[in-house]
Amino acid sequence: METNHQLKRADFIFKNENDWKEVLRKNINRPPHELINELISSELKGRGGAGFPTGLKWKLSAEVDSDIKYVICNADEGEPGTFKDREILSLVPFKVLTAMAICGHVVDAKEGYIYLRGEYFFLKPELNKAISEFEHYCKEINLDFCIRIFMGSGAYICGEETALFESMEGKRGEPRNKPPYPAISGYMNKPTVINNVETLAHAYTIFTYGAKRFYDLGVQYSRGTKLFSVSGDTPKPGIYELELGMSLTDFVNDFGDGDTKAVQVGGASGFLVPRKRFAETTIGYEGKLIGISLPTGGSMMLFNSSRSMFNVLDNYLEFFREESCGQCTPCRVGCQQLLKGIKAVKTGEKNAGHLDKLLRLAETMQFTAKCGLGQSVANSFSSIVENFREEMIY
Amino acid sequence: MLDYCLLILFSSHYFKPMDTSATLVKNLADQYGRSRHNLLPILQGVVEQEKYLSESSMIEIARELDMPASEVYGTATFYSFLEHKKMGRYIIRVCKTITCSMKGKNQVLLAIEDMLKIDVGETTPDGTFSLLQTNCLGFCHKAPTMLINNDVYTDLTPEKVRDILSEYLTKSKEGGQNGN
Repeated sequence: METNHQLKRADFIFKNENDWKEVLRKNINRPPHELINELISSELKGRGGAGFPTGLKWKLSAEVDSDIKYVICNADEGEPGTFKDREILSLVPFKVLTAMAICGHVVDAKEGYIYLRGEYFFLKPELNKAISEFEHYCKEINLDFCIRIFMGSGAYICGEETALFESMEGKRGEPRNKPPYPAISGYMNKPTVINNVETLAHAYTIFTYGAKRFYDLGVQYSRGTKLFSVSGDTPKPGIYELELGMSLTDFVNDFGDGDTKAVQVGGASGFLVPRKRFAETTIGYEGKLIGISLPTGGSMMLFNSSRSMFNVLDNYLEFFREESCGQCTPCRVGCQQLLKGIKAVKTGEKNAGHLDKLLRLAETMQFTAKCGLGQSVANSFSSIVENFREEMIY
Repeated sequence: MLDYCLLILFSSHYFKPMDTSATLVKNLADQYGRSRHNLLPILQGVVEQEKYLSESSMIEIARELDMPASEVYGTATFYSFLEHKKMGRYIIRVCKTITCSMKGKNQVLLAIEDMLKIDVGETTPDGTFSLLQTNCLGFCHKAPTMLINNDVYTDLTPEKVRDILSEYLTKSKEGGQNGN
């Protein structure tokens, strides 16, 4: 493991936004099937965390026959440790708007929405300004497409796509059963393409430079670059665009503070990787480390040896307990019981064997919870309890 | 919860809401529309003006949108930014998620509590500040962080937070209808 190749930095997302008019004009004059094929051959996967192939999503929606369709940009970035979408929307909003309009052309949708989390209300005035400039240009080139901002109001679960539709329809943000999938029946039960902010920004890159340029970056199954939100015990917290497929050892060598004990990959709903597993862990979709069905994409939180993993888990579980929508029992009761359980073990009220019961409960939640939130609690819970069992007890 | 819903349902027949709320709700409904999918923007509009959703404003929204008040209440209480308890003019939300917690959130919170003489969940007696904790604000690389109404403050220290609050106090004493 001594042969460290450096992390491969890239600079696509935050560069060259100024040519958006040209990119838009060029691409809305291409036939939809050609654009879909371009996306599919780039192998772009959703950057919100779930990793569904973006080209396929567009294709499914394009094939449905409906007089009304929607394009939605998911900007409900709420996963702990993730802050890249905010940066994209404040620095290169036109890339996102352009990709939405191209998507509208591909699937034949005339309306687009940006679901912006309530915490990012301060972005709204600038974003609205960008939207009016964008719509003005759309009129100039006779493109019938409008974009509106829909504000969230502080509910993490609304990042789950079907909960987001419920919220936009004026209801509690409770996830729906799937299928039907959004591509067939989404917002207002109409075919809806819903993409993460970063996914749209990458689509812009692909429509600007071609699929090959994107495909040549990264590794098999994990093509292209990804924005990483780096925080925690690191001398250089921030947002970095890196090629997928890097090893965690290389990442820690670059970003760690020399004393990194563990890295949380993919936010609270992702996995905690302890030091002894850095070398065997790569970051990409086949490693299943970012592939969780909630907006987890690209959160990297580093913990050094001064941190108590009990406190970390306690904080995560408190988060999930509050953010669980309460609709299904496994998640509502499961989150409460996991939190209560680890506290009971810590105080000695229950013996260490209780942790095994809790692990089984987490596993049950993984199989029985209705949506990605409840299903992914087990990711961080099990990876922390299994790797730092002694810290849970003493 | 059920009791409260029933209370709202019954009181809607007898209770005459305050006029300001009623006008505000009517204006918002005119602006956004009266369909169910316009509910959230209307709730948000009321919260923006009045800082919280009073019982009377929820009843008024139900009337405008022709839906049960219990449904308005059910939706409103799902969202953590739609307060349904009277709030101060400036709502402070301190992020308590993992990175902010690790980077000194507690000291920041103590500094605020000490300066304003209120605990988390309380409002100052003069109605200027309310103090709350919230989940991840999306500024983990600049932790600890907080929101005051819609404005973000990052890289907080106890000293920094005292300076920020002093500014708000001055601003609030100078008066100004909304102070935002």
